[in-house]
Amino acid sequence: MNRPAPPPTDDELHAWVDGQLPPDRRDAVEEAIARDPAVAARVAAWHAQRDALRRLHGELLDAPIPAPLMGALDRSQGGSWMRWGGLAAGLLVAFAAGWIGNAQWAQWSAPRAGAQLARAPALREFVHDASVAHAVYAPEKRHPVEVTASEQQHLVQWLSRRLDRPLKVPDLSSQGYTLVGGRLLPGETGARAQFMFEDAAGERVTLYVGTLDARIAGNPTASETAFRFASEGPVPSFYWVDQGFGYAIAGKLPRDLLLKLATLAYRDLS
Amino acid sequence: MDARLLVEHIPSLRRYARALTGNAWAADDLVQDTLERACGKWRLWVVGSDLRAWLFTVMHNIFASQVRRTPPPHAVVPLDDVAHEVQGLADPGRDQGTGLDLQRCLMQLPEEQRAVLLLVTLEDLSYAEVARVLGVPVGTVMSRLSRARVRLQELMDGASAPARPGLRRLK
Repeated sequence: MNRPAPPPTDDELHAWVDGQLPPDRRDAVEEAIARDPAVAARVAAWHAQRDALRRLHGELLDAPIPAPLMGALDRSQGGSWMRWGGLAAGLLVAFAAGWIGNAQWAQWSAPRAGAQLARAPALREFVHDASVAHAVYAPEKRHPVEVTASEQQHLVQWLSRRLDRPLKVPDLSSQGYTLVGGRLLPGETGARAQFMFEDAAGERVTLYVGTLDARIAGNPTASETAFRFASEGPVPSFYWVDQGFGYAIAGKLPRDLLLKLATLAYRDLS
Repeated sequence: MDARLLVEHIPSLRRYARALTGNAWAADDLVQDTLERACGKWRLWVVGSDLRAWLFTVMHNIFASQVRRTPPPHAVVPLDDVAHEVQGLADPGRDQGTGLDLQRCLMQLPEEQRAVLLLVTLEDLSYAEVARVLGVPVGTVMSRLSRARVRLQELMDGASAPARPGLRRLK
């Protein structure tokens, strides 16, 4: 019998929120978060704050770069910058024409593709789609899913094949949620799967998964994002990205419960 | 060194500077100074090391010396707030009220706490990288981060209710 892991320190809780916690402490910290509502509330508040800060001037990431800033590169060019003068001017024209795209940025920085993804429009769309898919199918009485939980093995095989990735159904039973079933959905970047869960009172949550960036899908060195909370769509969700694959847990639930479910799912799926 | 590498970082430098200074003009001035300094001193960048972290180091040094030169940084804030409010009236975005409050509250944090919170949150720099950028020990980064999060929460909680009576939700 192992001695119980030490409770998380404040620094570790911050690191968990920022996605900087060493993997060997993740289980202990997540258990502590799931166990203690006060701790869960604190990290949820920090998450919300983090999200709000990232939204604050987010439009600048996609905005054209003002000419004076590009000019700063030209004016101060010395030595090797000369060679790139033409390129900088070309970029300036491109920006002026409104050519902005995360895809182009990503080409230049393939190693940081994971970080780029966090602010890519594809991710925003993914999270929105997850929320809409929940709003559409969760209230459905007779056909909430295409394949029911009674055929769980078939469901998982089928969706894994369509998403071209081995999928798993997370076990949310510790929070009282059992699998209803799943369905295949279309998404901007390919096939998506929705798994639906239900508690004894009939309250439903959905897990929405799909490939966000095929170039880094399945690459274990691709960076992952921390949990993010989204409240923009019809129902709130917690979402995260792992190896180019997006996950979103959506439901009309209090944020801390949604976070608990996201934590459980994340632990099961990673 | 490749100019494309530098151009790539301009959007995130702009966003960070915008949140740090609370002012669109001051932010782009800071970015411009950073780019000029970086171009002038690019030999100081060690090829192969993290260019982004180096750029933030350059920016931080410029910002810190500006703050030292002009002690009341809050003097620039109201102008910008007004500009935003005018914009907000014309186009009341959903996040406008919150965004305004958030930026205003951010400006009430001490610069060193604001810098840590923004480098961690916006730029996803590791705590060790933030420590190198700011030239302080990692322990200092952690305590500033913790204080910044708690203080910002308090400020936001205080700012939301009584300050905006016109936005009360009607049931």
